[in-house]
Amino acid sequence: MKANHETPPFMKANQETPLLFRKHRAEEWIGRIYTTFCVALLIVIIVSIVYFVASKGVSTFAVNGVSLSGFLFGQNWQPDSDKFGALPFIFGSFVTSLLAAVIASPLSVCAALFMTEITPNWGKKVLQPVVELLAGIPSVVYGFIGLSVLVPFLRSVFPGQGIGVAAGSIVLSIMILPTITSIATDALASLPRNLKEASYGLGATRWQTISGVVIPTVLPSILTGVVLGMARAFGEALAVQMVIGNAPHIPSSLFESASTLTSVITLNMSNTVMGSVQNNALWSMALILLLMTFVFVLVVRLLERRTKI
Amino acid sequence: MKFGKSAVLALTLAFSVSLAACGNNNNSSSGSSSSNNASGSANTASSAPASAESTLSGSIIASGSTALQPLVDQAAKKFSETNSDVSIQVQGGGSGTGLTQVSEGQVQIGNSDVFAEEKIDDAAKAAELKDHQVAVVAMAAVVNKEVGVTNLTKQQLVDIFTGKVTNWKDVGGKDQGIVIINRPSSSGTRATFEKYALGQKTEDLKGSIQEDSSGTVKKLVNETPGAIGYLAFSYIDDTVQSVQYDGVDPTADNVTSGKYPVWAYEHMYTKGDPDAATQAFLDYMVSDEVQNGDVVELGYIPVSKMTVTRDKDGNVTNK
Repeated sequence: MKANHETPPFMKANQETPLLFRKHRAEEWIGRIYTTFCVALLIVIIVSIVYFVASKGVSTFAVNGVSLSGFLFGQNWQPDSDKFGALPFIFGSFVTSLLAAVIASPLSVCAALFMTEITPNWGKKVLQPVVELLAGIPSVVYGFIGLSVLVPFLRSVFPGQGIGVAAGSIVLSIMILPTITSIATDALASLPRNLKEASYGLGATRWQTISGVVIPTVLPSILTGVVLGMARAFGEALAVQMVIGNAPHIPSSLFESASTLTSVITLNMSNTVMGSVQNNALWSMALILLLMTFVFVLVVRLLERRTKI
Repeated sequence: MKFGKSAVLALTLAFSVSLAACGNNNNSSSGSSSSNNASGSANTASSAPASAESTLSGSIIASGSTALQPLVDQAAKKFSETNSDVSIQVQGGGSGTGLTQVSEGQVQIGNSDVFAEEKIDDAAKAAELKDHQVAVVAMAAVVNKEVGVTNLTKQQLVDIFTGKVTNWKDVGGKDQGIVIINRPSSSGTRATFEKYALGQKTEDLKGSIQEDSSGTVKKLVNETPGAIGYLAFSYIDDTVQSVQYDGVDPTADNVTSGKYPVWAYEHMYTKGDPDAATQAFLDYMVSDEVQNGDVVELGYIPVSKMTVTRDKDGNVTNK
């Protein structure tokens, strides 16, 4: 209660409102403490997760003596005979997420253009909610549909068992469609009108405007969407695991069983004992996933900086 | 408006505080539950001569093997009906998780498809665990119905799973490529199949498929032309063709008589000697009520019916 003695001079001057002033000051402090608490909690959680994954992941090399280059570039994954080559999984993760982005990006950008440039009203009211609905479907549903519909289809049309990188990429591309579409839509919608009007004023047609003015201007934002979509594809586990086949080999075709980092982790984590070499090797893969997430975030940051210019 | 905002703020605060409290609660309750156990065991130890079952109290957590989970779950519910002071929680997570948690003392019972010695590298830690065998799970090779094979010898199976034979016509079937639907290399089901059906570890072949759940394996074997996989007896139905092993039908009778070798114990491990409540539950698991009721009903084979026993090195002896 010492604070009462140190009443600031301007409060004495305004003797009729000290209560309100004190109330506001209390509000400021409560708000400050509450938000600080939330931020501190977030930081603690993030730091402890990173620390946990890193310490587990590093112990594969530090404690169990697996060589780092053998882990990153080895092609043999045979935990029973102490061979921990994770290259097939790293390769599988990159190929499936890149292919998914290649399939999904053109579709998403065209959908976004249709919603914003061609039918803005109908697009905003009907199409955007539908796309958002797509984002809300749980991944196990995508995986199950992939396994029940897509895999038999691929099996009957292409050589092979239907299972493989192609099936995984297609399932992932549908999953990341809403991510890329909604980011591209937001970017297109926030484009200043005067740019387009100037283009029309010069006699450009709609397609000339879109390809010459709209797309180049919002390209960094679209790329941000693509990178975020890839990040999601990279981290998706369940749906991919159900349709990719999970053989620990680099496949020689798109229709041959392959593995991703996430699928091998989910398949083996529950069957291995904490502290065993194989379990630690799985943590090392989790660490790779975490580091890749950082890379994706970094790329998005760089792209955002370019947008501001 | 003003009031609304501060109310929301207060609610959020209250929520986060209660969340934090939850965390604390968990800790303290797990602490108290273990102390409960201790007091429970002390209680029952003193009143053991009276042998009144209803005096048992405590909480038991069993985690691990998803293959054993349905049986333990069902038995736990029945056990809790007669012993209302004992609460039993059954969690999945896989054999590795179960063994880790029981070894670290996080749970009272660790369920496993394999012997602890096969999973835990540290021999001293494995030796601390006490094995309770509660059921037997047998498995058979299954093939797609179109391949035209109903019997495979051990050598033929080895040739198929090591990639020496890649077409069904070489083992008496149609001219059709073989597609292997395997389990992940860490899986207990795969370990059992490799140990007792193939007699050796196999590598993952290029182009082979690995699935963790029996349902998916069954679905893929049914749909994929030329597929071969292996399933526990309880999953085998008309959609797939089960295969004789060296001419022996995969039936429960052949397993109990020791003719059909592809089977494994389902284990419930405790760290050292269990407390009274846990011991009572484990006794209940091997009682005739569960062995002849739930075990058979859920597609396992009663461990009491086995006429042979097998140790962790695979040596079979007659009972």
